[in-house]
Amino acid sequence: MNDEKRPMNPLPTKQRQSSVDLALQIRRTTVEMTSRANASHIASCFSVTDILAVLYSRVLVFDPQQPRWRDRDRFILSKGHACAALYAVLAEFGFFPKEWLETYYLDGSRLAGHATHKGVPGIEVSTGALGHGLPLATGMALAGKRDERAHRIFCVLSDGECDEGSNWEAALFAPHHRLDNLTVIIDYNKIQSLGWVKDVIDLDPLADKWRAFGWAAREVDGHDHAALEALLTGVPFEAGRPSCIVAHTVKGKGVSFMENNLQYHYTPPRGDELPRALAELGVK
Amino acid sequence: MRNAFFNAVFALAREDERIVLMVGDLGFRIVEGFMAERPKQFLNAGIAEQNMMSMAAGMALEGKIVFAYSIANFPTLRCLEQVRNDVCYHGARVAIFCSGGGFTYGSMGVTHHVTEDLAVTRAMPGLTVIAPGDPIEAACVPAAIIAHDGPFYVRLGKAGEPNIHAGPIDFQRGRAITVREGDDVSLIATGSMLLVATRAADRLKADGINARVLSMHTVKPLDLDAVEAAAAQTGVILTIEEHSIIGGLGAAVAEYLAERPGAGPRFKRLGVPSAFASEIGSQDHLLAHFGLTEAGVAQTAKQMLAS
Ligand SMILES: Cc1ncc(C[n+]2csc(CCOP(=O)(O)OP(=O)(O)O)c2C)c(N)n1
Ligand SMILES: [Mg+2]
Repeated sequence: MNDEKRPMNPLPTKQRQSSVDLALQIRRTTVEMTSRANASHIASCFSVTDILAVLYSRVLVFDPQQPRWRDRDRFILSKGHACAALYAVLAEFGFFPKEWLETYYLDGSRLAGHATHKGVPGIEVSTGALGHGLPLATGMALAGKRDERAHRIFCVLSDGECDEGSNWEAALFAPHHRLDNLTVIIDYNKIQSLGWVKDVIDLDPLADKWRAFGWAAREVDGHDHAALEALLTGVPFEAGRPSCIVAHTVKGKGVSFMENNLQYHYTPPRGDELPRALAELGVK
Repeated sequence: MRNAFFNAVFALAREDERIVLMVGDLGFRIVEGFMAERPKQFLNAGIAEQNMMSMAAGMALEGKIVFAYSIANFPTLRCLEQVRNDVCYHGARVAIFCSGGGFTYGSMGVTHHVTEDLAVTRAMPGLTVIAPGDPIEAACVPAAIIAHDGPFYVRLGKAGEPNIHAGPIDFQRGRAITVREGDDVSLIATGSMLLVATRAADRLKADGINARVLSMHTVKPLDLDAVEAAAAQTGVILTIEEHSIIGGLGAAVAEYLAERPGAGPRFKRLGVPSAFASEIGSQDHLLAHFGLTEAGVAQTAKQMLAS
């Protein structure tokens, strides 16, 4: 990597808010966004929240004032159904006004129920059909290498999404082309749309699969900020290899009655569940 | 519609062990009972539509009749070559069905809008393409699938659409159903737009205009007799679909009319222009944005009658 080519980080991570505070704020915001709009996927947001918080407050190089700045790190949320959490992060950093979040999923909004790039600063690509993000990220990483740029590409996949063959096509390709500017993070919450991952199509041993494809793979507790930060600031783990982080997570993490409860893939907290959820998130 | 279709599949599967229901990790709160009751006739293929479609063809070639379910574009566009080569070319008895047709999942964004499926499936040799207009029609489709030896694509809406037909219907693959009689203008609708068409016809009636409403539930093979009768007996034909104006019902009718000898009726396709929705919004919001409302249809019909 040509690190010396890279201009100064416009928003040094030291000046950013703590990832723990950010994660709490995202959870509060996303539960309100999804409940207001009666939108799905709150549990999917909660499992990836800590990963997003650490990435945006401690790892990614970006400038909210110039969302298309050429040297920014690229982030792709391939599990586009968890976009509410990503929108909340982007608004926290000022990519767009926080008021937009209040329109999430509503008529006339810019913020659709799957990550949408059109008119939304900070969203690199539209996702929502699973299995597109990693191939897109791989293309970006290849372009970055060919252009000898120093920026990096980070992509979050869900575990159920790993059923899609397209991911494994990219997984074969990236090590062959020595794309060590590419990092994939798998939100391994063990649940997909119709039940447990191990009952639908078992992925274990997941990290070994990526290793066998030529990736430098590590496992981590996906809610442990210090551990996440240590890994994410340490990529590439091996020169010449793309990095894979299997993040063990809990779907619905942060609100007890949503944890490991498939219902909250589909419905937001309703009625008195909303104040209960907010109370668990420390909102009085 | 979705529930009516599923329930009909469950009922047929209890009588016919060849039937297998295959889902792409979807069907929460719909399929669980059937999954427990008939595990040998059920499969969750995971989130892997290409593999699912080829497996469906493989099972069908071994004598099964496979109903393969997912939402939005996933069982069609995502695996189109599997549909073409493995299902259609082999004449495999696979009935692909999706819920979420058109803008059903409007607020979920463009990746969940299904507005080119009729075009691409219509182009597949041997594939019957059906978009039922209400739950009563949807409930009839599985039996029509079992009665015909060949592959199907069925586009459904969601749950909770109203019934449009007043009573039992004579549902036949490739035969339009006349929902309103009339000789001034023909409104030919498919799928969810049947409701809009019938309501538009009621509006026109109040203005003394008699609109014929055809439920063109089968987009392929198209009921040419019904189109011909509409062309001969009414001066104006409007097609209405929650789909791109390219390649769907309107295009199918236009192709027929353009090659038909003699002077044609005045004709217009109502649908979605070839553009991604620039608005975020619910199904109703997007339909209004594209003029696919009873008022929009009635107004277009009047303008065409006046021109
Ligand atoms: C290609 C494709 N198929 C199916 C779907 C429907 N779908 C949305 S989320 C989801 C699975 C959710 O489970 P997982 O991938 O593990 O994500 P999680 O919410 O647990 O992070 C499915 C099947 C989709 N969005 N894209
Ligand atoms: Mg999961």
